Amino acid sequence: MTEVKVKEFWRWKEYNWHDENKDWKGAETITAGVDVGSVSSQVVIMVDGELYAYSNMRTGSDSPDSARNAMNWALEDTGMALDDIHYIVGTGYGRVNVPFANRAITEIACHARGGNYMYGPSVRTILDMGGQDCKAIRCDERGKVTNFLMNDKCAAGTGRGMEVFADLLAVSIEDVGDLSLDVEEEPEPVSSTCVVFAKSEATSLLREGWSKKKVLAAYCSAMAHRVVSLLDRIGVEEDFAITGGIAKNSGVIKRLEGELKINSLKSKHDTQIAGALGGALFAKSLAEKQRKKGA
Amino acid sequence: MKANYGYMDGSGEYFITIDTDLCIDCDHHGCVDACPEKLFEIITDDYDDEVSAIKEDHRKKIKYDCAACKPAGDRPPLPCAEACTPGAITHSW
Repeated sequence: MTEVKVKEFWRWKEYNWHDENKDWKGAETITAGVDVGSVSSQVVIMVDGELYAYSNMRTGSDSPDSARNAMNWALEDTGMALDDIHYIVGTGYGRVNVPFANRAITEIACHARGGNYMYGPSVRTILDMGGQDCKAIRCDERGKVTNFLMNDKCAAGTGRGMEVFADLLAVSIEDVGDLSLDVEEEPEPVSSTCVVFAKSEATSLLREGWSKKKVLAAYCSAMAHRVVSLLDRIGVEEDFAITGGIAKNSGVIKRLEGELKINSLKSKHDTQIAGALGGALFAKSLAEKQRKKGA
Repeated sequence: MKANYGYMDGSGEYFITIDTDLCIDCDHHGCVDACPEKLFEIITDDYDDEVSAIKEDHRKKIKYDCAACKPAGDRPPLPCAEACTPGAITHSW
């Protein structure tokens, strides 16, 4: 019998990075943030408050293992060991299951702090479009949360919903955004309240003869619409920034910016590491506090 | 900080908002005992402040948990909001 290999269109690239020009050995404070999310896990290592290394990979079925794997990958080729890190903060859904974390902090606080670092102190509204939830966060100039709202009851408006569509239409997840923009006329959005309904609606549209691009446009538009209603509840104040995996989807972002009539800030950093980055920044403050107490 | 606990779905928006800047100064946290469904708890938040919050396991079903306090027709004052002397608790529905 011949085995049929199914291509996983939803699978996004996993990667790690470290700054080869930085020497961490003489550093005063080395901290890390470990963000174990529902879909992806990230580790960010900071040396004296500066970004040194990070990794981004898919979360497995076991949170402690996912945290360990992401940490090992971030440390790869750096010469640094886990014991060299002075303070570690765990965040995300699996934050209480990070075996080597000194403290757990919610992803809401970490995204605000990480967003403040990535986009600068002028950022006041952060939208984190994660794997299985969506968070709208208002923060002050120090990255402290002033208002937040999270919707994690259903997959509509989340990365997982986008993965379902990539698989349904056999389109690589990384191409979804650009393809959805390649339509002559913007179609009506599909159902924005439920991914299962949206998927069955999309199947019907394909049978009616809609192109893949048009269906993607309808879904990206639904996703943007869904998220706008979330943002409306807390109010959007500029500057506005988007974090999480969906921030890499131009189709959703362009439509979201169009609905809000606001352009989002861009960052040189990967939008998926915002939570772990915030965790590493919290870890630095906590390590210094701990050191002062001990002195 | 305004912490919104709850969710939105196809049927509407169901959020309990706790203004922790007001909650922080409260020394008795009357909401914890006032709620017949025991939805509230006192937590130490990410900024090390002791504030009231909705328990994790109630956040995705508050529409149903709060239903007894929200009868159709004449609606009496909500026990949690009434017990909250700083006025930190509001409901979106």
